[in-house]
Amino acid sequence: MEPLTWTGPLGELLNPLIRSVTFVFLIAIAVQVIATIALPRARGFNPDGTIQIHFMTNIINQGVRYSLYTFIILLVLYLVIGATLGASSLGIIGGISRQLLPIWVSMVAIFTASIIFKRRLGLYGKLFDSPIGMTGFALVIFWVLITVLAGGLDLVVTHDELSQVSGMKNKLPGTPVRGAEAGEYAHYLLGGDNLARDVFSRAIKGSAIVIIIAPAATLFAFMVGITLGLPAGYYESAPLKFKTRGFYLTSGIVIVFCVLMFAIAPIDIAILLTILSLLLIWMLLRTAVDTVISFLANLILAFPVILLFFLLVTPEIVKTGLPNYMAMILFIFPVIFFGVLLNARFHTRPDIRWWIVGGVTLILFWFYLSMISEIDSPVYILPSFIDAISLPSEILVVFVSVVFVNSPTVFRIVRGLTLDIKTRDYVAAAQTRGEGSWYIMLWEILPNVRGPLIVDFCLRIGYTTILLGTLGFFGLGLESESPDWGTTINAGRRLLSVAPVPALVPALALMSLVLGLNLLADGLREESLKD
Amino acid sequence: MGMFILRRLSLMFLTAICLTFVVFIMTNLPPNLEKLAKTQGNFRMSDAEVASYLGDRGFNRPLTIKYGEWLGVVPSYKIEGRDGKIRSRCSAHGPVKDNTINYCGVLQGYWGQSWVFKEPVANVIDKRLTRTGALMFWVFLLMIPGALILGVLAGMREGSKLDRTLSTATITTTATPEYVSGVIFIALLASSKFGLSPLLNSWGWTEKRTILKGSATSASKDMPAEYDISFVPQFLEGLWFRLIDAPNVENFLLPVLTIALYGMGYIARMTRASMAEVMTSQYIRTARLKGVSFRNIVLRHALRNALIAPFTVIMLQIPWLLTGVVIVETLFNYKGFGWALVQAASNNDMDLLLAVSVVSVVVVLLTQLISDIGYVFLNPRIRIS
Repeated sequence: MEPLTWTGPLGELLNPLIRSVTFVFLIAIAVQVIATIALPRARGFNPDGTIQIHFMTNIINQGVRYSLYTFIILLVLYLVIGATLGASSLGIIGGISRQLLPIWVSMVAIFTASIIFKRRLGLYGKLFDSPIGMTGFALVIFWVLITVLAGGLDLVVTHDELSQVSGMKNKLPGTPVRGAEAGEYAHYLLGGDNLARDVFSRAIKGSAIVIIIAPAATLFAFMVGITLGLPAGYYESAPLKFKTRGFYLTSGIVIVFCVLMFAIAPIDIAILLTILSLLLIWMLLRTAVDTVISFLANLILAFPVILLFFLLVTPEIVKTGLPNYMAMILFIFPVIFFGVLLNARFHTRPDIRWWIVGGVTLILFWFYLSMISEIDSPVYILPSFIDAISLPSEILVVFVSVVFVNSPTVFRIVRGLTLDIKTRDYVAAAQTRGEGSWYIMLWEILPNVRGPLIVDFCLRIGYTTILLGTLGFFGLGLESESPDWGTTINAGRRLLSVAPVPALVPALALMSLVLGLNLLADGLREESLKD
Repeated sequence: MGMFILRRLSLMFLTAICLTFVVFIMTNLPPNLEKLAKTQGNFRMSDAEVASYLGDRGFNRPLTIKYGEWLGVVPSYKIEGRDGKIRSRCSAHGPVKDNTINYCGVLQGYWGQSWVFKEPVANVIDKRLTRTGALMFWVFLLMIPGALILGVLAGMREGSKLDRTLSTATITTTATPEYVSGVIFIALLASSKFGLSPLLNSWGWTEKRTILKGSATSASKDMPAEYDISFVPQFLEGLWFRLIDAPNVENFLLPVLTIALYGMGYIARMTRASMAEVMTSQYIRTARLKGVSFRNIVLRHALRNALIAPFTVIMLQIPWLLTGVVIVETLFNYKGFGWALVQAASNNDMDLLLAVSVVSVVVVLLTQLISDIGYVFLNPRIRIS
């Protein structure tokens, strides 16, 4: 078997073409940048009052546009020819394009449908008016589809991501697999890594961990941030008053907590916690709830992310069960959020109120219990036959630490937006109508800050992806053979100067996903500002 | 103003106390102590041996007392171990030499002993921080002018072709974390089998096997004892060596570029936003209607006001760079502060870890304070009440 070249026999025809087009495009861009500085903006006015553009500007702009179009057409040509003819005629690129055929088909279908119906699809449809937003969406949906089709249906990958083939250690891209049998894929498309595993399949499989954890963790961080940020921004007075029902309730909880601590914790810690609890009650009586939560948020924000990861995500800490206890606190926020959200809406409808609020809260609470309860961990509440979700402990600790790091920032954003919105007239109108404060927060303020929150959500998924990569890069959390991108970069970086491909492929994959999310956020911001 | 600074400083003190206490709890959890005993003693210790090792060094006493010792408000322990030696914190958990010293904490200026590096924490931090300081010096020298120029150029004509091109470039750099750009740079410029080096080598343009080095170890070497430079005064020689002599383009450009690029995108975007806002303001329109040339509008009228916001952003960016420093120092094997952090954390070197967190918390809060105060000075419309 011959090793594959990058572009195969057909490449000899296409490569000079694309090389010259790229060259022309880069030159045109450089000329354009110089021209914006050097050429005068306007050389006079047309009779109708519009600015007369310098004739050179026009020529340069057209040069850039047409060379870009040719470049894109050539790229698509590569992919189309590759997808139809495969590796035999277009080398590695052809082989990869052939493997990704299901992805291309689904992407074309999604884009066609979205562009046809874009006027009826709200903000999502408007995305297809901006080229930046469309590029970002294409990159993101590419990786999402890979997760669904490769992770779920096993369509794209050529080899098992964990199996090692002897003689394939650190081999170059396109090396034929030694002793491949009839049904197997004959080449390692992007070469082998230092344990002789297929780099291409690992990068494809590794997307699943990021694509699932990053948005989910961001969503949880948003739940925590919103549930705490709205009241922090909304309430101005102290939340507790002396000798009211709330005061007695809080004091009761605190007393039970302190007694419990004296029973189970060492004496000095118990005394410390009691003093802290008393301080907390005193603060709640004296100042706004904002002061307390903001201090805690700033405390977490003052802590360097990297140090936090090193302290939280080590096997020793996992052994103590600290991540499970943190999960207990962090994961309750979605339950509270949806419970309060629905209660605020339906408390005027006694006929269906308890069915909706109680039902949803119960189901969410069951999910909550199944998420935090794991066998062989300190938090083992649910028996396994009704435990719906079983998270491996290393995934749980990564998830918890990422949520923990992101929540304070989301809290600050929501708090700032609430402080701004609560002075609006419609909030005053709702207050005059006698609406409850949670109704105003969740159904008047929250829908009106959705624009900035959606944009930040996209950016934050990108940031979470970077954080997950950082964890993998330091070998924290996930197992060393896990195919996720950060861990793979970490494994590949030791041999970087000799065999860079195993580290380069996941690095470029991660970059393209984060770039897609950033472009998507940019497009969304631009389109939502147009209203 | 004095009151404001005083309040912020006391808040900073409170935050540092809280955070170091949290770090203290985490490093003193039983599994972590066991790890410490096994890495310092030997890995095949039995549970009883671990317990006596820890007991001899005062680890199985109440947490608050140990924290008080670290802080210097509680006298250090003096425990007679099973081997008959009296140990104390003041003699770096070893046998007591001087019986008169009782308090050995941060308040007394004693930061403890590093278990990994086998020397006082203060020395470790001092040495490593200078090296990272040199790295940051070059990063800032590259990053700030670059970011400001890019941002101003993009923001002076919002929506123009130049703006589009530069904005796309800055979005790309913010989407490229250090471990990605570092890997790409090494693959492109510092690999003997891949990227540009073999290409240039085969064309005969370079003699060296790689254009740049993928390791910055040689930039973090110690100053030789007989080091002497005639035109630099004696007391500046250390600084000169660290900043100018030890680093060179070959071993330092890639790490500097890697950190600078990620920070640059964000600062450039903020500068662009601030510049674009200033360019739409009334006084710029007035200047334009008076017939002031575009160059003068940008340089004389807009630039000053547009650079107020980036100052804040740059100050707040410093803590963010810390993660980048840790990644880059690990990737390029530069033995600075970030490298020490990784060593301390992965070996549960508690005193070093506490000192590292104090340094980072102080950096975070100090930059916040400076950015607030600087903003007041730069923008006379704002007054702290």
